[in-house]
Amino acid sequence: MAQKDPAMNNPQANPWFRWNCSVCWVTLGIVLLTILSFWTLDLQLERLFSVDSAKRMGRFLGELLSPDVRAVFLHKLWIASVETLAMSAVGTVLAAFCGLLLAIPASKSHSNDPAHWRFLSRLLLNGLRSIPELVWAALILISAGLGPFAGTLALALHTTGVLGRLFSESIENAPQAPAHALRVQGASESQVFLYATLPTIIPQLMSYSLYRWENNIRAAAVLGVVGGGGLGQMLAFHMGLFQMQETSSILIAMILLVVLVDTVSYTARRLMSR
Amino acid sequence: MVPALVATEFKPWILLESENLKVSSRFLADFFPPNTQPDFLLLVAKEAWRTIAIATAGTFLALLLAIPLTLISTRVLSISSLSGRVHHLPFVVRQLVRWILIIIRSVPELIWALVFVRVVGLGPAAGVLAIGLTYAGMLGKVYTEILESGDHHVSTNLMRNGSSRLQAFFYGVLPQNLTELTSYTVYRWECAIRASAVLGFVGAGGLGQQLDNSMRMFNGGEVATILIVFMLLVGLADLLSAWLRKILQ
Repeated sequence: MAQKDPAMNNPQANPWFRWNCSVCWVTLGIVLLTILSFWTLDLQLERLFSVDSAKRMGRFLGELLSPDVRAVFLHKLWIASVETLAMSAVGTVLAAFCGLLLAIPASKSHSNDPAHWRFLSRLLLNGLRSIPELVWAALILISAGLGPFAGTLALALHTTGVLGRLFSESIENAPQAPAHALRVQGASESQVFLYATLPTIIPQLMSYSLYRWENNIRAAAVLGVVGGGGLGQMLAFHMGLFQMQETSSILIAMILLVVLVDTVSYTARRLMSR
Repeated sequence: MVPALVATEFKPWILLESENLKVSSRFLADFFPPNTQPDFLLLVAKEAWRTIAIATAGTFLALLLAIPLTLISTRVLSISSLSGRVHHLPFVVRQLVRWILIIIRSVPELIWALVFVRVVGLGPAAGVLAIGLTYAGMLGKVYTEILESGDHHVSTNLMRNGSSRLQAFFYGVLPQNLTELTSYTVYRWECAIRASAVLGFVGAGGLGQQLDNSMRMFNGGEVATILIVFMLLVGLADLLSAWLRKILQ
Protein backbone atom coordinates (compact mmCIF):
# COMPACT_ATOMS: atom_id res chain seq x y z
CA MET A 1 0.00 0.00 0.00
CA ALA A 2 2.92 2.29 0.69
CA GLN A 3 3.90 2.48 -2.99
CA LYS A 4 0.57 3.88 -4.11
CA ASP A 5 0.62 6.49 -1.43
CA PRO A 6 1.47 9.99 -2.78
CA ALA A 7 1.90 11.41 0.71
CA MET A 8 4.96 9.19 1.19
CA ASN A 9 6.99 11.55 -1.01
CA ASN A 10 6.17 14.46 1.22
CA PRO A 11 6.69 13.62 4.88
CA GLN A 12 5.11 16.93 5.95
CA ALA A 13 1.67 15.89 4.61
CA ASN A 14 1.12 12.78 6.66
CA PRO A 15 -2.32 12.90 8.29
CA TRP A 16 -3.43 10.10 10.62
CA PHE A 17 -6.45 9.14 8.59
CA ARG A 18 -7.32 9.34 4.88
CA TRP A 19 -10.53 8.23 3.22
CA ASN A 20 -8.86 6.36 0.40
CA CYS A 21 -6.50 4.33 2.60
CA SER A 22 -7.65 0.76 3.21
CA VAL A 23 -5.16 0.15 6.01
CA CYS A 24 -6.62 3.12 7.94
CA TRP A 25 -10.10 1.64 7.62
CA VAL A 26 -8.92 -1.80 8.69
CA THR A 27 -7.13 -0.31 11.69
CA LEU A 28 -10.24 1.65 12.62
CA GLY A 29 -12.31 -1.54 12.30
CA ILE A 30 -9.96 -3.50 14.55
CA VAL A 31 -9.97 -0.75 17.18
CA LEU A 32 -13.79 -0.61 17.10
CA LEU A 33 -14.07 -4.41 17.34
CA THR A 34 -11.76 -4.46 20.34
CA ILE A 35 -13.65 -1.69 22.15
CA LEU A 36 -17.02 -3.31 21.41
CA SER A 37 -15.72 -6.67 22.65
CA PHE A 38 -14.60 -5.32 26.01
CA TRP A 39 -17.74 -3.22 26.31
CA THR A 40 -20.25 -6.02 25.68
CA LEU A 41 -18.49 -8.80 27.58
CA ASP A 42 -19.24 -7.69 31.13
CA LEU A 43 -15.87 -8.92 32.36
CA GLN A 44 -16.40 -7.64 35.91
CA LEU A 45 -12.87 -6.32 35.91
CA GLU A 46 -13.30 -4.72 39.31
CA ARG A 47 -13.93 -8.18 40.74
CA LEU A 48 -10.98 -9.56 38.81
CA PHE A 49 -8.55 -7.06 40.31
CA SER A 50 -10.00 -7.06 43.80
CA VAL A 51 -8.03 -8.01 46.91
CA ASP A 52 -10.24 -11.06 47.32
CA SER A 53 -9.44 -12.42 43.88
CA ALA A 54 -5.75 -11.67 44.31
CA LYS A 55 -5.82 -13.64 47.56
CA ARG A 56 -7.54 -16.55 45.85
CA MET A 57 -5.04 -16.45 43.02
CA GLY A 58 -2.17 -16.41 45.50
CA ARG A 59 -3.55 -19.33 47.47
CA PHE A 60 -4.16 -21.22 44.25
CA LEU A 61 -0.60 -20.64 43.01
CA GLY A 62 0.74 -21.64 46.43
CA GLU A 63 -1.18 -24.90 46.28
CA LEU A 64 0.07 -25.52 42.77
CA LEU A 65 3.65 -25.34 44.01
CA SER A 66 3.21 -28.39 46.25
CA PRO A 67 2.68 -31.29 43.84
CA ASP A 68 1.68 -34.76 44.96
CA VAL A 69 4.69 -37.06 44.51
CA ARG A 70 3.51 -40.26 46.22
CA ALA A 71 4.63 -43.34 44.29
CA VAL A 72 1.08 -44.67 43.91
CA PHE A 73 -0.11 -41.41 42.38
CA LEU A 74 2.91 -41.07 40.14
CA HIS A 75 2.20 -44.56 38.83
CA LYS A 76 -1.38 -43.53 37.97
CA LEU A 77 -0.01 -40.38 36.33
CA TRP A 78 2.40 -42.47 34.25
CA ILE A 79 -0.46 -44.69 33.05
CA ALA A 80 -2.54 -41.64 32.08
CA SER A 81 0.41 -40.13 30.20
CA VAL A 82 0.94 -43.37 28.29
CA GLU A 83 -2.78 -43.43 27.55
CA THR A 84 -2.56 -39.87 26.18
CA LEU A 85 0.38 -40.82 23.97
CA ALA A 86 -1.41 -43.97 22.77
CA MET A 87 -4.58 -41.99 21.98
CA SER A 88 -2.64 -39.54 19.86
CA ALA A 89 -0.72 -42.30 18.05
CA VAL A 90 -3.75 -44.48 17.26
CA GLY A 91 -5.81 -41.43 16.29
CA THR A 92 -3.11 -40.16 13.93
CA VAL A 93 -2.52 -43.56 12.26
CA LEU A 94 -6.26 -44.07 11.74
CA ALA A 95 -6.54 -40.55 10.36
CA ALA A 96 -3.59 -40.98 8.00
CA PHE A 97 -5.22 -44.14 6.62
CA CYS A 98 -8.76 -42.69 6.26
CA GLY A 99 -7.32 -39.39 5.07
CA LEU A 100 -5.49 -41.10 2.22
CA LEU A 101 -8.61 -43.09 1.30
CA LEU A 102 -10.63 -39.85 1.08
CA ALA A 103 -7.83 -37.88 -0.55
CA ILE A 104 -7.81 -40.10 -3.64
CA PRO A 105 -11.38 -39.27 -4.74
CA ALA A 106 -10.83 -35.67 -3.58
CA SER A 107 -8.00 -34.99 -6.00
CA LYS A 108 -7.84 -34.45 -9.72
CA SER A 109 -4.73 -36.48 -10.46
CA HIS A 110 -4.29 -35.62 -14.16
CA SER A 111 -5.89 -33.23 -16.61
CA ASN A 112 -8.20 -35.87 -18.15
CA ASP A 113 -9.33 -37.18 -14.76
CA PRO A 114 -13.11 -36.60 -14.56
CA ALA A 115 -12.92 -36.65 -10.71
CA HIS A 116 -16.67 -37.13 -10.24
CA TRP A 117 -16.36 -37.47 -6.46
CA ARG A 118 -14.07 -34.48 -5.98
CA PHE A 119 -16.69 -32.03 -4.74
CA LEU A 120 -18.41 -34.45 -2.36
CA SER A 121 -15.26 -35.81 -0.77
CA ARG A 122 -13.87 -32.27 -0.38
CA LEU A 123 -17.10 -31.25 1.33
CA LEU A 124 -16.80 -34.21 3.69
CA LEU A 125 -13.15 -33.41 4.46
CA ASN A 126 -13.99 -29.76 5.14
CA GLY A 127 -16.83 -30.77 7.44
CA LEU A 128 -14.60 -33.17 9.39
CA ARG A 129 -11.91 -30.50 9.67
CA SER A 130 -14.02 -27.56 10.72
CA ILE A 131 -15.37 -29.27 13.85
CA PRO A 132 -12.68 -29.27 16.55
CA GLU A 133 -11.56 -32.47 18.29
CA LEU A 134 -13.20 -31.43 21.50
CA VAL A 135 -16.64 -31.05 19.93
CA TRP A 136 -16.23 -34.40 18.17
CA ALA A 137 -15.33 -35.98 21.50
CA ALA A 138 -18.44 -34.56 23.16
CA LEU A 139 -20.58 -35.86 20.28
CA ILE A 140 -18.99 -39.32 20.25
CA LEU A 141 -19.36 -39.74 24.00
CA ILE A 142 -23.04 -40.34 23.36
CA SER A 143 -22.39 -43.50 21.36
CA ALA A 144 -19.00 -44.66 22.61
CA GLY A 145 -19.27 -43.81 26.31
CA LEU A 146 -16.64 -42.17 28.54
CA GLY A 147 -13.01 -43.15 28.11
CA PRO A 148 -10.01 -43.05 25.81
CA PHE A 149 -11.81 -44.72 22.90
CA ALA A 150 -14.09 -41.71 22.41
CA GLY A 151 -11.07 -39.41 22.54
CA THR A 152 -9.18 -41.51 20.01
CA LEU A 153 -12.10 -41.50 17.57
CA ALA A 154 -12.51 -37.73 18.00
CA LEU A 155 -8.84 -37.13 17.21
CA ALA A 156 -9.09 -39.49 14.23
CA LEU A 157 -12.15 -37.72 12.76
CA HIS A 158 -10.76 -34.18 12.98
CA THR A 159 -7.29 -35.24 11.82
CA THR A 160 -8.79 -37.17 8.87
CA GLY A 161 -10.20 -33.88 7.63
CA VAL A 162 -6.90 -32.04 8.05
CA LEU A 163 -4.67 -34.77 6.60
CA GLY A 164 -7.10 -35.65 3.80
CA ARG A 165 -6.95 -32.10 2.49
CA LEU A 166 -3.16 -31.91 2.72
CA PHE A 167 -2.81 -35.36 1.11
CA SER A 168 -5.10 -34.46 -1.79
CA GLU A 169 -3.01 -31.35 -2.41
CA SER A 170 0.14 -33.50 -2.43
CA ILE A 171 -1.46 -35.90 -4.92
CA GLU A 172 -2.45 -33.05 -7.21
CA ASN A 173 0.98 -31.45 -7.03
CA ALA A 174 2.90 -34.71 -7.55
CA PRO A 175 5.19 -34.82 -10.59
CA GLN A 176 3.19 -36.06 -13.56
CA ALA A 177 5.92 -37.78 -15.61
CA PRO A 178 6.07 -41.20 -13.87
CA ALA A 179 2.27 -41.49 -13.78
CA HIS A 180 2.03 -40.48 -17.42
CA ALA A 181 4.68 -43.04 -18.41
CA LEU A 182 2.71 -45.86 -16.76
CA ARG A 183 -0.61 -44.60 -18.11
CA VAL A 184 0.50 -44.60 -21.76
CA GLN A 185 1.71 -48.17 -21.27
CA GLY A 186 -1.86 -49.15 -20.39
CA ALA A 187 -1.57 -49.45 -16.60
CA SER A 188 -4.86 -49.20 -14.69
CA GLU A 189 -5.57 -46.14 -12.48
CA SER A 190 -4.95 -48.10 -9.28
CA GLN A 191 -1.61 -49.38 -10.63
CA VAL A 192 -0.63 -45.85 -11.60
CA PHE A 193 -1.44 -44.60 -8.11
CA LEU A 194 0.37 -47.42 -6.30
CA TYR A 195 3.50 -47.52 -8.44
CA ALA A 196 3.92 -43.94 -9.66
CA THR A 197 2.07 -41.34 -7.56
CA LEU A 198 2.29 -42.85 -4.09
CA PRO A 199 6.08 -43.52 -4.06
CA THR A 200 6.81 -39.91 -5.03
CA ILE A 201 4.64 -38.35 -2.33
CA ILE A 202 5.28 -40.79 0.55
CA PRO A 203 7.95 -38.59 2.22
CA GLN A 204 5.59 -35.62 2.20
CA LEU A 205 2.70 -37.69 3.59
CA MET A 206 4.95 -38.96 6.37
CA SER A 207 6.08 -35.49 7.36
CA TYR A 208 2.50 -34.15 7.39
CA SER A 209 1.39 -37.08 9.55
CA LEU A 210 4.26 -36.60 11.99
CA TYR A 211 3.47 -32.90 12.26
CA ARG A 212 -0.18 -33.69 13.02
CA TRP A 213 0.86 -36.30 15.56
CA GLU A 214 2.78 -33.62 17.43
CA ASN A 215 -0.37 -31.47 17.44
CA ASN A 216 -2.53 -34.40 18.50
CA ILE A 217 -0.50 -35.07 21.62
CA ARG A 218 -1.44 -31.61 22.88
CA ALA A 219 -5.05 -32.17 21.84
CA ALA A 220 -5.16 -35.61 23.48
CA ALA A 221 -4.04 -34.11 26.77
CA VAL A 222 -7.05 -31.80 26.64
CA LEU A 223 -9.79 -34.10 25.32
CA GLY A 224 -10.18 -35.81 28.67
CA VAL A 225 -11.74 -32.66 30.12
CA VAL A 226 -15.02 -33.57 28.39
CA GLY A 227 -14.56 -37.26 29.30
CA GLY A 228 -12.26 -38.53 26.57
CA GLY A 229 -9.64 -40.26 28.72
CA GLY A 230 -5.96 -39.61 29.36
CA LEU A 231 -4.36 -36.83 31.43
CA GLY A 232 -7.25 -34.42 30.82
CA GLN A 233 -9.83 -36.72 32.38
CA MET A 234 -7.63 -37.13 35.44
CA LEU A 235 -7.20 -33.35 35.65
CA ALA A 236 -10.92 -32.67 35.41
CA PHE A 237 -11.60 -35.30 38.08
CA HIS A 238 -9.08 -34.09 40.66
CA MET A 239 -9.78 -30.42 39.99
CA GLY A 240 -13.49 -31.08 40.45
CA LEU A 241 -12.73 -32.46 43.90
CA PHE A 242 -10.45 -29.47 44.68
CA GLN A 243 -7.50 -31.83 45.24
CA MET A 244 -4.91 -29.22 44.40
CA GLN A 245 -1.78 -31.30 45.03
CA GLU A 246 -2.88 -33.93 42.51
CA THR A 247 -3.96 -31.21 40.07
CA SER A 248 -0.55 -29.62 40.33
CA SER A 249 1.23 -32.91 39.52
CA ILE A 250 -1.02 -33.47 36.50
CA LEU A 251 -0.35 -29.97 35.18
CA ILE A 252 3.39 -30.49 35.55
CA ALA A 253 3.11 -33.84 33.74
CA MET A 254 1.23 -32.12 30.91
CA ILE A 255 3.84 -29.38 30.56
CA LEU A 256 6.62 -31.97 30.58
CA LEU A 257 4.87 -34.06 27.91
CA VAL A 258 4.37 -31.06 25.63
CA VAL A 259 7.91 -29.74 26.12
CA LEU A 260 9.29 -33.25 25.51
CA VAL A 261 7.36 -33.68 22.28
CA ASP A 262 8.38 -30.21 21.08
CA THR A 263 12.05 -30.89 21.80
CA VAL A 264 11.98 -34.31 20.09
CA SER A 265 10.27 -32.98 16.98
CA TYR A 266 12.50 -29.89 16.85
CA THR A 267 15.62 -32.08 17.05
CA ALA A 268 14.23 -34.56 14.51
CA ARG A 269 13.46 -31.76 12.06
CA ARG A 270 16.91 -30.21 12.53
CA LEU A 271 18.53 -33.60 11.89
CA MET A 272 16.40 -34.23 8.81
CA SER A 273 16.96 -30.80 7.30
CA ARG A 274 20.73 -31.12 7.62
CA MET B 1 0.67 -50.61 17.76
CA VAL B 2 -1.11 -53.39 19.70
CA PRO B 3 -0.23 -52.05 23.18
CA ALA B 4 -1.42 -48.64 22.00
CA LEU B 5 -4.74 -50.15 20.91
CA VAL B 6 -5.08 -51.83 24.32
CA ALA B 7 -4.23 -48.60 26.14
CA THR B 8 -6.89 -46.66 24.23
CA GLU B 9 -9.51 -49.37 24.92
CA PHE B 10 -9.99 -49.53 21.17
CA LYS B 11 -13.23 -51.50 20.83
CA PRO B 12 -15.08 -50.26 17.74
CA TRP B 13 -17.77 -52.90 18.17
CA ILE B 14 -19.28 -51.10 21.17
CA LEU B 15 -20.48 -48.50 18.65
CA LEU B 16 -22.61 -51.22 17.08
CA GLU B 17 -24.16 -52.60 20.27
CA SER B 18 -27.93 -52.36 19.96
CA GLU B 19 -28.29 -50.17 23.05
CA ASN B 20 -25.69 -47.63 21.90
CA LEU B 21 -26.89 -47.78 18.33
CA LYS B 22 -30.43 -46.91 19.43
CA VAL B 23 -29.31 -43.88 21.47
CA SER B 24 -26.98 -42.52 18.80
CA SER B 25 -29.40 -43.04 15.92
CA ARG B 26 -32.18 -41.27 17.86
CA PHE B 27 -29.78 -38.39 18.62
CA LEU B 28 -28.67 -38.17 14.98
CA ALA B 29 -32.24 -38.39 13.67
CA ASP B 30 -33.01 -35.41 15.93
CA PHE B 31 -30.45 -33.33 13.99
CA PHE B 32 -32.95 -32.86 11.14
CA PRO B 33 -34.49 -30.40 10.99
CA PRO B 34 -32.16 -28.04 12.89
CA ASN B 35 -33.87 -25.87 15.46
CA THR B 36 -34.77 -22.54 13.82
CA GLN B 37 -37.09 -20.99 16.38
CA PRO B 38 -36.49 -17.21 16.40
CA ASP B 39 -35.73 -16.94 20.11
CA PHE B 40 -33.26 -19.84 19.93
CA LEU B 41 -31.58 -18.31 16.87
CA LEU B 42 -31.31 -15.01 18.74
CA LEU B 43 -29.68 -16.80 21.67
CA VAL B 44 -27.21 -18.54 19.35
CA ALA B 45 -26.41 -15.25 17.61
CA LYS B 46 -25.72 -13.66 21.00
CA GLU B 47 -23.43 -16.51 21.98
CA ALA B 48 -21.66 -16.32 18.60
CA TRP B 49 -20.94 -12.62 19.20
CA ARG B 50 -19.66 -13.46 22.68
CA THR B 51 -17.34 -16.03 21.12
CA ILE B 52 -15.94 -13.35 18.80
CA ALA B 53 -15.69 -10.85 21.65
CA ILE B 54 -13.84 -13.30 23.92
CA ALA B 55 -11.39 -14.07 21.11
CA THR B 56 -10.82 -10.38 20.34
CA ALA B 57 -10.43 -9.31 23.95
CA GLY B 58 -8.15 -12.30 24.59
CA THR B 59 -5.95 -11.47 21.62
CA PHE B 60 -5.73 -7.84 22.76
CA LEU B 61 -4.69 -8.95 26.25
CA ALA B 62 -2.12 -11.30 24.70
CA LEU B 63 -0.74 -8.41 22.67
CA LEU B 64 -0.44 -6.22 25.78
CA LEU B 65 1.50 -8.98 27.55
CA ALA B 66 3.56 -10.08 24.56
CA ILE B 67 4.97 -6.67 23.55
CA PRO B 68 6.98 -6.00 26.73
CA LEU B 69 8.03 -9.64 26.98
CA THR B 70 9.30 -9.52 23.38
CA LEU B 71 11.17 -6.27 24.00
CA ILE B 72 12.90 -7.85 26.98
CA SER B 73 13.70 -11.18 25.39
CA THR B 74 14.93 -10.19 21.95
CA ARG B 75 18.69 -10.18 21.44
CA VAL B 76 18.45 -7.55 18.70
CA LEU B 77 18.04 -4.74 21.24
CA SER B 78 20.90 -5.79 23.46
CA ILE B 79 23.26 -2.89 24.10
CA SER B 80 25.90 -4.96 25.85
CA SER B 81 26.19 -7.31 22.87
CA LEU B 82 27.37 -4.41 20.72
CA SER B 83 30.82 -4.78 22.25
CA GLY B 84 31.22 -8.53 22.12
CA ARG B 85 29.38 -10.94 24.42
CA VAL B 86 26.14 -10.21 26.23
CA HIS B 87 26.64 -9.42 29.91
CA HIS B 88 25.62 -11.97 32.51
CA LEU B 89 22.62 -10.22 34.05
CA PRO B 90 20.84 -9.37 30.75
CA PHE B 91 21.54 -12.91 29.57
CA VAL B 92 19.92 -14.43 32.65
CA VAL B 93 16.92 -12.09 32.39
CA ARG B 94 16.42 -13.00 28.72
CA GLN B 95 16.59 -16.72 29.39
CA LEU B 96 14.15 -16.32 32.28
CA VAL B 97 11.60 -14.51 30.09
CA ARG B 98 12.02 -17.17 27.39
CA TRP B 99 11.28 -19.91 29.90
CA ILE B 100 8.22 -18.06 31.17
CA LEU B 101 6.98 -17.82 27.57
CA ILE B 102 7.57 -21.56 27.05
CA ILE B 103 5.69 -22.49 30.21
CA ILE B 104 2.65 -20.29 29.60
CA ARG B 105 2.25 -21.53 26.06
CA SER B 106 2.74 -25.23 26.80
CA VAL B 107 -0.39 -25.36 28.93
CA PRO B 108 -3.30 -25.55 26.45
CA GLU B 109 -5.83 -22.68 26.63
CA LEU B 110 -8.59 -25.06 27.73
CA ILE B 111 -6.59 -26.05 30.81
CA TRP B 112 -5.89 -22.40 31.62
CA ALA B 113 -9.61 -21.75 31.27
CA LEU B 114 -10.36 -24.59 33.68
CA VAL B 115 -7.90 -23.04 36.14
CA PHE B 116 -9.29 -19.50 35.72
CA VAL B 117 -12.87 -20.67 36.12
CA ARG B 118 -11.76 -21.78 39.60
CA VAL B 119 -10.18 -18.42 40.37
CA VAL B 120 -12.50 -15.81 38.80
CA GLY B 121 -15.71 -17.85 38.53
CA LEU B 122 -17.79 -18.98 35.55
CA GLY B 123 -18.11 -16.55 32.65
CA PRO B 124 -16.24 -14.85 29.83
CA ALA B 125 -13.49 -13.41 32.05
CA ALA B 126 -11.98 -16.90 32.43
CA GLY B 127 -11.98 -17.36 28.66
CA VAL B 128 -10.37 -13.97 28.00
CA LEU B 129 -7.64 -14.62 30.55
CA ALA B 130 -6.99 -18.13 29.21
CA ILE B 131 -6.63 -16.96 25.62
CA GLY B 132 -4.63 -13.91 26.72
CA LEU B 133 -2.10 -15.98 28.62
CA THR B 134 -1.58 -18.84 26.13
CA TYR B 135 -1.45 -16.53 23.15
CA ALA B 136 0.92 -14.15 24.91
CA GLY B 137 3.32 -17.08 25.07
CA MET B 138 2.88 -17.88 21.38
CA LEU B 139 2.97 -14.25 20.19
CA GLY B 140 6.01 -13.50 22.35
CA LYS B 141 7.93 -16.43 20.92
CA VAL B 142 7.07 -15.72 17.29
CA TYR B 143 7.58 -11.93 17.63
CA THR B 144 11.04 -12.58 19.04
CA GLU B 145 11.85 -14.91 16.17
CA ILE B 146 10.60 -12.42 13.58
CA LEU B 147 12.65 -9.58 15.09
CA GLU B 148 15.79 -11.70 15.30
CA SER B 149 15.50 -13.00 11.75
CA GLY B 150 15.40 -9.47 10.30
CA ASP B 151 18.24 -7.22 9.24
CA HIS B 152 19.99 -5.75 12.29
CA HIS B 153 22.16 -3.13 10.65
CA VAL B 154 19.86 -0.18 11.22
CA SER B 155 19.15 -0.89 14.88
CA THR B 156 22.80 -1.67 15.69
CA ASN B 157 23.88 1.51 14.00
CA LEU B 158 21.33 3.54 15.92
CA MET B 159 22.39 2.05 19.24
CA ARG B 160 26.10 2.46 18.47
CA ASN B 161 25.43 6.15 17.91
CA GLY B 162 23.79 6.54 21.27
CA SER B 163 20.08 6.06 20.73
CA SER B 164 18.11 4.27 23.40
CA ARG B 165 16.81 0.74 22.93
CA LEU B 166 13.23 1.92 22.49
CA GLN B 167 14.33 4.44 19.86
CA ALA B 168 16.24 1.70 18.05
CA PHE B 169 13.12 -0.47 18.21
CA PHE B 170 10.73 2.16 16.85
CA TYR B 171 13.00 3.53 14.14
CA GLY B 172 15.19 0.54 13.28
CA VAL B 173 13.41 -2.74 14.01
CA LEU B 174 9.68 -2.05 13.87
CA PRO B 175 9.36 -0.49 10.38
CA GLN B 176 10.89 -3.44 8.53
CA ASN B 177 9.00 -6.11 10.48
CA LEU B 178 5.61 -4.43 10.94
CA THR B 179 3.69 -6.28 8.19
CA GLU B 180 4.97 -9.67 9.28
CA LEU B 181 4.12 -8.98 12.92
CA THR B 182 0.61 -7.76 12.05
CA SER B 183 -0.20 -10.64 9.76
CA TYR B 184 0.87 -13.17 12.39
CA THR B 185 -1.30 -11.39 14.97
CA VAL B 186 -4.31 -11.52 12.63
CA TYR B 187 -3.68 -15.24 12.09
CA ARG B 188 -3.60 -15.75 15.87
CA TRP B 189 -6.91 -13.90 16.18
CA GLU B 190 -8.42 -16.43 13.79
CA CYS B 191 -7.05 -19.27 15.93
CA ALA B 192 -8.45 -17.54 19.01
CA ILE B 193 -11.95 -17.66 17.52
CA ARG B 194 -11.65 -21.41 17.08
CA ALA B 195 -10.35 -21.73 20.63
CA SER B 196 -12.94 -19.50 22.26
CA ALA B 197 -15.76 -21.45 20.61
CA VAL B 198 -14.52 -24.50 22.47
CA LEU B 199 -13.67 -22.86 25.81
CA GLY B 200 -17.35 -22.77 26.72
CA PHE B 201 -17.20 -26.49 27.46
CA VAL B 202 -15.47 -25.72 30.74
CA GLY B 203 -17.81 -22.83 31.56
CA ALA B 204 -16.02 -19.87 29.98
CA GLY B 205 -19.01 -18.58 27.97
CA GLY B 206 -19.67 -18.46 24.24
CA LEU B 207 -20.98 -21.00 21.73
CA GLY B 208 -19.27 -23.96 23.42
CA GLN B 209 -21.30 -23.47 26.58
CA GLN B 210 -24.57 -23.45 24.64
CA LEU B 211 -23.45 -26.56 22.73
CA ASP B 212 -22.63 -28.29 25.99
CA ASN B 213 -26.06 -27.44 27.41
CA SER B 214 -27.92 -28.72 24.34
CA MET B 215 -25.83 -31.87 24.25
CA ARG B 216 -26.55 -32.64 27.89
CA MET B 217 -30.26 -32.48 27.10
CA PHE B 218 -29.79 -34.70 24.01
CA ASN B 219 -31.47 -31.97 21.96
CA GLY B 220 -30.28 -32.91 18.47
CA GLY B 221 -32.03 -30.03 16.69
CA GLU B 222 -30.32 -27.40 18.85
CA VAL B 223 -26.96 -29.16 18.50
CA ALA B 224 -27.34 -29.14 14.70
CA THR B 225 -28.09 -25.39 14.62
CA ILE B 226 -25.14 -24.57 16.87
CA LEU B 227 -22.79 -26.76 14.83
CA ILE B 228 -23.85 -25.01 11.61
CA VAL B 229 -23.36 -21.55 13.16
CA PHE B 230 -20.03 -22.72 14.51
CA MET B 231 -18.81 -23.87 11.08
CA LEU B 232 -20.00 -20.61 9.51
CA LEU B 233 -18.20 -18.57 12.16
CA VAL B 234 -14.93 -20.44 11.71
CA GLY B 235 -15.21 -20.22 7.92
CA LEU B 236 -15.93 -16.50 8.11
CA ALA B 237 -12.99 -15.83 10.45
CA ASP B 238 -10.82 -17.82 8.04
CA LEU B 239 -11.88 -15.70 5.05
CA LEU B 240 -11.64 -12.41 6.93
CA SER B 241 -8.18 -13.18 8.24
CA ALA B 242 -6.94 -14.24 4.79
CA TRP B 243 -8.35 -11.00 3.32
CA LEU B 244 -6.85 -8.82 6.06
CA ARG B 245 -3.45 -10.41 5.63
CA LYS B 246 -3.64 -9.78 1.89
CA ILE B 247 -4.51 -6.11 2.43
CA LEU B 248 -1.71 -5.62 4.92
CA GLN B 249 0.95 -7.04 2.62
